[in-house]
Amino acid sequence: MSGMGILKGLSVTFKHFINSYVADLRFAGKKYLGQQQFEKRQGLQAEGIFTVEYPDEKLAVPERFRFVPFLVVEDADHPERPNHDWCTSCGICAKVCPPQCIWIVRGQDPNTGRPVPEPEAFFIDIDICMNCGFCAEFCPFDAIKMDHDYEMASYDRTAVHIHDKARLSKPLTYWRSIAPTTALEEATARGGWEHPDIIKAMKKAGQTPAAPTVENARAFMEKTKPAAPPPPAPKPAPAANAPVVQGEAPAAKPAPKAEAPAAEAPKGKFDKQAMLAKIRERKANKQ
Amino acid sequence: MDKPLELKTGTIADAIAALKEKYPGAVKDDSRQGYSGIVVDKSKLVEVATAIRDELGFDYLSSATGVDYFGISDHMEVVYHAYRTSGGAALVFKAQTGRENAEIPSLTPVWPGADFQEREIWDLYGIKFPGHPNLKRILMWEGFAGHPMRKDWKEAYYEEEHKPFGSRWPGGWVHRAEELNVYGHNVTYPADLDLSKLNDASEEALYSGMGLGVNVTQLDDETALKVDRLVVNLGPHHPSTHGVFRMVVTLNGETIELLEPVMGYLHRNHEKIGERNTFLHNMPFTDRLDYIASMSNNLGYALAVEQLLARGARWQPPSYRAEVIRVLMVELTRIVNHYWAIGFFLNDLGAFFTPALYAIAEREKILDFFEATAGSRMMCNYMRFGGVFKDIPERIRGVANLLNDQVRDFNTMDYLTELINDRIPRSIDELDRLLTDSEIIRSRCIGVGYLPPEMAVAYSCAGPLLRASGVPYDVRRAEPYSIYPELDFDVAVRYNGDLYDRYLLRLDEMRESVRILKQVLPRLEATKGQNVFGPAQHTPRVPVGESYGRVENPKGELGYYVVSNGIGEEASKGPQNPWRYHVRAPSFINLTALGAMCKGHKVADVVAILGSIDIVLGETDR
Repeated sequence: MSGMGILKGLSVTFKHFINSYVADLRFAGKKYLGQQQFEKRQGLQAEGIFTVEYPDEKLAVPERFRFVPFLVVEDADHPERPNHDWCTSCGICAKVCPPQCIWIVRGQDPNTGRPVPEPEAFFIDIDICMNCGFCAEFCPFDAIKMDHDYEMASYDRTAVHIHDKARLSKPLTYWRSIAPTTALEEATARGGWEHPDIIKAMKKAGQTPAAPTVENARAFMEKTKPAAPPPPAPKPAPAANAPVVQGEAPAAKPAPKAEAPAAEAPKGKFDKQAMLAKIRERKANKQ
Repeated sequence: MDKPLELKTGTIADAIAALKEKYPGAVKDDSRQGYSGIVVDKSKLVEVATAIRDELGFDYLSSATGVDYFGISDHMEVVYHAYRTSGGAALVFKAQTGRENAEIPSLTPVWPGADFQEREIWDLYGIKFPGHPNLKRILMWEGFAGHPMRKDWKEAYYEEEHKPFGSRWPGGWVHRAEELNVYGHNVTYPADLDLSKLNDASEEALYSGMGLGVNVTQLDDETALKVDRLVVNLGPHHPSTHGVFRMVVTLNGETIELLEPVMGYLHRNHEKIGERNTFLHNMPFTDRLDYIASMSNNLGYALAVEQLLARGARWQPPSYRAEVIRVLMVELTRIVNHYWAIGFFLNDLGAFFTPALYAIAEREKILDFFEATAGSRMMCNYMRFGGVFKDIPERIRGVANLLNDQVRDFNTMDYLTELINDRIPRSIDELDRLLTDSEIIRSRCIGVGYLPPEMAVAYSCAGPLLRASGVPYDVRRAEPYSIYPELDFDVAVRYNGDLYDRYLLRLDEMRESVRILKQVLPRLEATKGQNVFGPAQHTPRVPVGESYGRVENPKGELGYYVVSNGIGEEASKGPQNPWRYHVRAPSFINLTALGAMCKGHKVADVVAILGSIDIVLGETDR
């Protein structure tokens, strides 16, 4: 009979309509309160509306969730090397980065001029970053990790969207709290919770680093749980980025190069203006 | 034809031998290291191609693409991959031309499906195709300077020939692209181009082919209706076009007389970027092609490069578990895509967003699993050469952090089992109940947008579009990859070739995918603990040669033509960057048949027909 198909379809719509109320009533007042209710609403049994009302409510992201990378540094209370970088400036992340948004300046010993295993500067342009996670995946020192902080919108991309080392650095504790399982896997692969170099040195000296176990990972989680998870390293004021991006608002000033403060580039190491000029020259020659 | 070709067996070698015998001198083996197939003299190309189609039975032209060997042998070539719709491997044939005044005869008379692909080659490589009915630029605009895929063409933000760029490390102070590339100097135009006329010129060229210009006063007073034809632009900004896609239609009353798709608004020269990239760099870029189905995009590219890597000494093929996980992901992606396609097809029919949101809600459950496994809902970047990024996690769990306090925690295998055995089948049935019998949908869909099977093959249509026309061609069965040979499933096929059958076929395919997934689950359990990815290599050196990896993407056959080659020493060591990286995009090639399908229908049907092809502009425009 003509019309039956439409009625059949409408019955499905009607079921959805009713269910959205039934589900709301069933969870009235405790929509997001209990873990069980929450899981039911967000799980495969969900019926009715299971929209999360961002930004008033936010879903927790899974461990492997990847957003803009951050650099792992030792905790501030580390006995030997507080706030020390895990990064050894080997450059693999910069090479493996598909959109090439990582810039590293390798550290040098001021006396000998030899390279030291520590980046002098580290930049990530988060406008270019495509959040692929290769840097974290291929870093041999577990020193760069993908963050979970996805709320990075700002009114001025030229001021705060290039993250420098201060902005990027976050303590190991932070990584262990946002990705406990992954951190444990990595520590197991390294042979201890410490930086691979320290583990190597300890083994050389005949010491055995404390083996990472599920228990001490859990203990760590318990320790950090009651309080809010440790905050990321304090965000520096936008001015902290100034040496890099100052005077570089190109839309307003298409040719600002002459007055850009060359003095702010570190002397004797790298001359940014010279490099830009060189690249421009190459561009001009190619045509 | 003087004497028909005789084939003893159906193998490619036999076909090539027969061709060489019939066309001595014009057909030669491609003897370059790592290459396969034949090189056809361009003066005989149309003749040989006709023989390949008619006498050897390679009736389906999958891909045609250009390669520029600037610096290696200073010629350009066009590479064709032809298949039999009965299945089997490709007959690869090539035609070569010099770089100056490059010309190769058009194969559109033999395979109409070469139409858009030859336009693309003209646009990006500057190879002319005499005999092509409508050789205009397709992705770039008329009046663009140069042909961007040529090796000596440099983009405005050019930094270096290949990534990784030297400026990044060890002394890599940050600079912005716009510092090097000042606004106003980032595009070059031909010297003789009048910028103020740019729009008029390119639009004029477009409209001139649209059948306008009827002089109303000269029409016969008695019989003819005094109306001129009307040209209407559907898009580029229109909710029904699934993105920035434009259809210029000539209307007679409300009936479509001519339809010309105009695309390229989302063009970013994906392939040029791909040539600058290293092989691995391209993996996350493939996510951005068909962003509804990123997992299967990954797989196609991984298969193409793995074919090349397998010729090297240090190659380890993916473990069995890695293959199982790949199939799991790809089939879930197919379901995701068809939810999306059906939902938005109904949008195009005017059932605004109720079916679409029901479908998207179900899709969200699968994306939760993707996010927990790959780290991202849509830009999965999950496959690697020789495996997958990581094993599926033990638990799908959110982590409380500063931003979020509510966490979910599910056992992954339980979640998957319930998803596959219960939730997805239930929701497919629900979609079925909601839509299939609806009289409105039936009257809007049945008999509309008919595509006969022989035309679907000729136009190189792929995927649901081809199978709904009664051609049971599915790469998973025609040229199986991964663990598909051991899985039990049917190639869904419908025979009426109209909108309704395309919709039904997508439902069928989702059910077949569920059937595959049910067989994948026990395999996942059985292989628990196996390694999924060998030693990680961040910049693998890839042996020289060409390869064509293709997968049955939800939207059709997705192929990657990858050439690993280089100049001088680079070639002998094994290049780190692809010389050529071409994407045979199903969304793009399926549009070749759009004009023919829409002819004679009403304006409202055009929207539905486009919806039934199921395109994604990220892939169409590349």
